[in-house]
Amino acid sequence: MTVSQLPVLLILLPLLGGISTLFARPKGIGLQRVLSLTFTSALLLLSVYTVSIANSGDYSVYLLGNWTAPFGIVLVLDRLSSLMLLLTAILAIVALCYAISQDTDKKGQHFHVLYQIQLFGLNGAFLTGDLFNLFVFFEVLLLASYGLLLHGGGRLRTKGGLHYVVINLVGSSLFLFAVGTLYGILGTLNIADMSTHINQLDTADQGIVAAAGLLLLVVFGIKAAIFPLYLWLPGAYAHTSAAVAALFAIMTKVGLYAIIRVHGTLFSEQAGGLAGLYADVVLVLGLVTLAMAVLGVFASRALKEQTAFLILASVATILIGVGINTTASLAATLYYLIHSTLIGAGLFLLADIIARARGSYSDRLRAGAPIKHAIFIGSVFFITAIAIVGMPPLSGFIGKVMILEAALSSTFSAWIYAVILLGSLLMIMAMARSGSILFYQVDTSLDGDGEKLNLRAMAMALILVLASPVLVIAAGPVSEFTQSVASQLSNHQAYINAVMSQPAYQGGK
Amino acid sequence: MEWLVAIAIGVMTSCGVYLVLRARTFPLVLGLTLISYAVNVFLFVMGRLQIGEAAIISADTTKYTDPLPQALVLTAIVIAFGMTAFLIVLALKARSELGNDHVDGMSYVAEEQEKKTAVGDSK
Repeated sequence: MTVSQLPVLLILLPLLGGISTLFARPKGIGLQRVLSLTFTSALLLLSVYTVSIANSGDYSVYLLGNWTAPFGIVLVLDRLSSLMLLLTAILAIVALCYAISQDTDKKGQHFHVLYQIQLFGLNGAFLTGDLFNLFVFFEVLLLASYGLLLHGGGRLRTKGGLHYVVINLVGSSLFLFAVGTLYGILGTLNIADMSTHINQLDTADQGIVAAAGLLLLVVFGIKAAIFPLYLWLPGAYAHTSAAVAALFAIMTKVGLYAIIRVHGTLFSEQAGGLAGLYADVVLVLGLVTLAMAVLGVFASRALKEQTAFLILASVATILIGVGINTTASLAATLYYLIHSTLIGAGLFLLADIIARARGSYSDRLRAGAPIKHAIFIGSVFFITAIAIVGMPPLSGFIGKVMILEAALSSTFSAWIYAVILLGSLLMIMAMARSGSILFYQVDTSLDGDGEKLNLRAMAMALILVLASPVLVIAAGPVSEFTQSVASQLSNHQAYINAVMSQPAYQGGK
Repeated sequence: MEWLVAIAIGVMTSCGVYLVLRARTFPLVLGLTLISYAVNVFLFVMGRLQIGEAAIISADTTKYTDPLPQALVLTAIVIAFGMTAFLIVLALKARSELGNDHVDGMSYVAEEQEKKTAVGDSK
């Protein structure tokens, strides 16, 4: 096997995992677990290797069916996609171990099959270089996510799931309208080729391409949960199982990735009258989303709901970074993206552990009976809370400082500073309140009916939380890497050349 | 011809949007189906309207119709079909679990009561 087959292998591996776990079902959940763990760890190793390949700065372009672009579908592996793949794989293995240790996968059928298909859809979405193919992979990952979200059942889960499914079905229809319009004007769906066509567009056609581009932004906005399309997120994420919610920390980032990839390439500085069409819209919506998310964090009545709003706040911060639209801001945003994905997922796992330890009080934010191992769980919660709200000395702080530094060049810098700093302050207050209610305001006269601490599950939450100090210690190399990702992203011509000039495989040798 | 197709797409979409905004799951499913029909016709028309032209290259014709939108529509139909089937099953599940077919499930008061009973009588 040569390196040239790598992009397609990253997609095929989870697909094979899904198929084999499906066939392993008659043999019981034990074999399914072994297979699922094997395939996910193999994916993790392959993703680490992928990052080392992509870090050379070359684009790995894979022509499906050996049709050259723009006639066939291409898979493109660059630094950004390799970063997203690695993040997905890390989250996938940790969330899978958590699901197994808490027996989440025994609560219903086909958990492991859906899980692998979810990874298949995610990896496909991160690698494809074709807009219609992106739609197909979105549908794959969404269909798997519907199954995972509803896994285990329950009234609130069904209600939140219904909203999630319906809004995403509407989003899929809008995606097709946008794709159709772009194809009607540009005559191609290959992202690189579309970009070249936009450069040579008639002024008469610019309006309609802009409309389609903004329609596409609405679609990605639904996935990323941007104001005013975020209302599905708290209900869906707060009521699903913790392992699934942790994996879904990457799902909102798929929408953000799509904005960076599709809008960044199509409406780059070379796009003439349409250059930077999306940036200011994204920036302003990011600011509004952050304000709404912070209010949500404050108003939440349960810890999982609060975590869902914190995820929303991190999405909003990333949006602001994308909206500033410079190489420096993109590098800072990607650093913050790594941090917020891992810590957000860690907080979901921790919220579940706290909810189990509190027994019938669950994760509701009201004084309850004392919990076992309160000092240990409380300290981990303290570290996680510091990391996620962005207080020094953990990675959230570094990420936010880098974004704020990049914001100096923006015309909206005053607004960005005001919203991010005030938002952080309010989030610190909200998290301090949650922590003191959960761990200090206990009624010692009551007997807790919580579960015993599941050490293996706690270890999984710890791994994700400890990513934050690791990101601080390795801040130099990590931010160097995100800078190289951002500078590769800003070189649109290289992307277009790599995709369009990839020769077909001639056989032989 | 063009205006007829355009009006058909417009009417289907607006009926679909109206139905999607209803509060019950059944009109919602019908609305999403109508929107997906409209999308399919829209995608098809994006290859421009041609009548009686070949889609596959052959020696004895010079005029072709664009085959790509036809392939896209085929994919879109399959996906929309699968999604509608899933949504119908989910709507039935929601109907049996939540007790009615409102998209928000139980009425607000009932949900509050459920929360209270779940917490028990702890202050």
